[in-house]
Amino acid sequence: MIRSAWLALSLLAAVPLTAGDVIPGTRQGELVELLIQDCGSCHGLQMKGGLGPALLPASLHGKSAEYLSAVILNGRPGSAMPAWNGLLSPDEARWIAERLLQPDLP
Amino acid sequence: MNRILLVLLLVVIHAPVAARGTGDLGLVIERASGSVQIVETSGNTSIGRIEGLGDLSHASVVYSRDERYAYVFGRDGGLTKIDILNNEICRRRLQSGNSIGGAISQDGRLVAVSNYEPGGVKVFDADSLDLVADIPATWGAAQQRSKVIGLVDAPGHRFVFSLWDAGEIWVLDLSDRAQPLIEKFGEVGRNPYDALITGDGRYYIAGLFGEDGMAMLDLWNLKSGVTRILPGYGRGEQKLPVYKMPHLEGWAVAGGFAFVPAVGRHEVLVIDMRNWREAGRIPVQGQPVFVMARPDGRQVWVNFALPENDTIQVIDTQTLDIVKQLKPGKGVLHMEFEPRGEEVWLSVRDENRIEVYDTRSFERKAVIPAIRPSGIFFTARAHRIGL
Repeated sequence: MIRSAWLALSLLAAVPLTAGDVIPGTRQGELVELLIQDCGSCHGLQMKGGLGPALLPASLHGKSAEYLSAVILNGRPGSAMPAWNGLLSPDEARWIAERLLQPDLP
Repeated sequence: MNRILLVLLLVVIHAPVAARGTGDLGLVIERASGSVQIVETSGNTSIGRIEGLGDLSHASVVYSRDERYAYVFGRDGGLTKIDILNNEICRRRLQSGNSIGGAISQDGRLVAVSNYEPGGVKVFDADSLDLVADIPATWGAAQQRSKVIGLVDAPGHRFVFSLWDAGEIWVLDLSDRAQPLIEKFGEVGRNPYDALITGDGRYYIAGLFGEDGMAMLDLWNLKSGVTRILPGYGRGEQKLPVYKMPHLEGWAVAGGFAFVPAVGRHEVLVIDMRNWREAGRIPVQGQPVFVMARPDGRQVWVNFALPENDTIQVIDTQTLDIVKQLKPGKGVLHMEFEPRGEEVWLSVRDENRIEVYDTRSFERKAVIPAIRPSGIFFTARAHRIGL
């Protein structure tokens, strides 16, 4: 029993808790730039919306990081939201999604 | 004694700026910091900065006919009137929650703003910025409001604009300020994303994001309605992901041909303006954003969406060949030619600078530091229809 609990804990430790753990610091800086400047072209530099919807935490309430990263990677067919999977890895999309939900994350 | 002091003080307060014209002035938008720089093109220098203009992503500028006042349209609904001679904000109002550019009327007395939220157009007195007309862009049985894009001025005291959600083009006639007249054209195509008006003010052309083609309205013959041009230029092929919407403002006309960006394709489309048919397409290295002609029409300069947004390609309009490729740096967002086209200014956002190039030798003539620069707007726009 105790042994299996230890096993579970050690397995957890092996899995990154957030996408931030696997994104190098320099790339994180580039992603912040991309979020503000390029996502901001449609969603507003302050994420208050534009041609695309607002991406403030309150506007995204109830949406998970998984869902948001899927939208970032695959886009929304029929809308102006492109699939970013040509420019972003799944981890990077996840990292951005987490920051949209919690802008104060490091 | 006091009286003399008072007179002296008044003289100081009202001291006129050193006399100068404004024909060689312009504004550079610094989008992230809510500021603009006042620049001059005779010596290629910056002569001032004004701050406090709010969220300036996608901001644009029109000028009063005396080329002294600039109207800056911000993303956050801010409309700011700037005196570029005195380097100061004259008036500023937050007229909506979210907006996307504007236009000034033929007689210079009205300024119109196109709004995303709430969707519609508001028209203001150019002098006082008092509201003159509020035109909600309602459509469909449910009377929803549509985002408005592609707002331009047109001869006859008119403004023309398109409804992104509704797929409509509206012509707003303000000959009588108290009685605005609206003529609506429906089902022009899915998601018009931007529009242009030809330099003579006759043809209004909206680009479509939701399908291949463009919607054209002949303002001399409104009765003939909207016609579709360049239908199916994508030939049904899947378009590439569009990381940045192309722009049609500042589109290019040269030698009877128009050059426009293809949506989601690495191509510039060439239109024969005599019959509005496709006359060719020029392969370019990325998805074009701005396709702009040098004022003499001999060259067309193209910038690109991510990830090729560090590059400029120059097309010779006689041969349709790409004659020059420049790499000014990451984030080349906008270009503006000097009024007669001997030099062009480029904003290089990620390098925090403006670069000025000679358009014949392609030699870099000047570098001007700027904070995250985007749009560049020279006062010569004051006397051009649709700008």
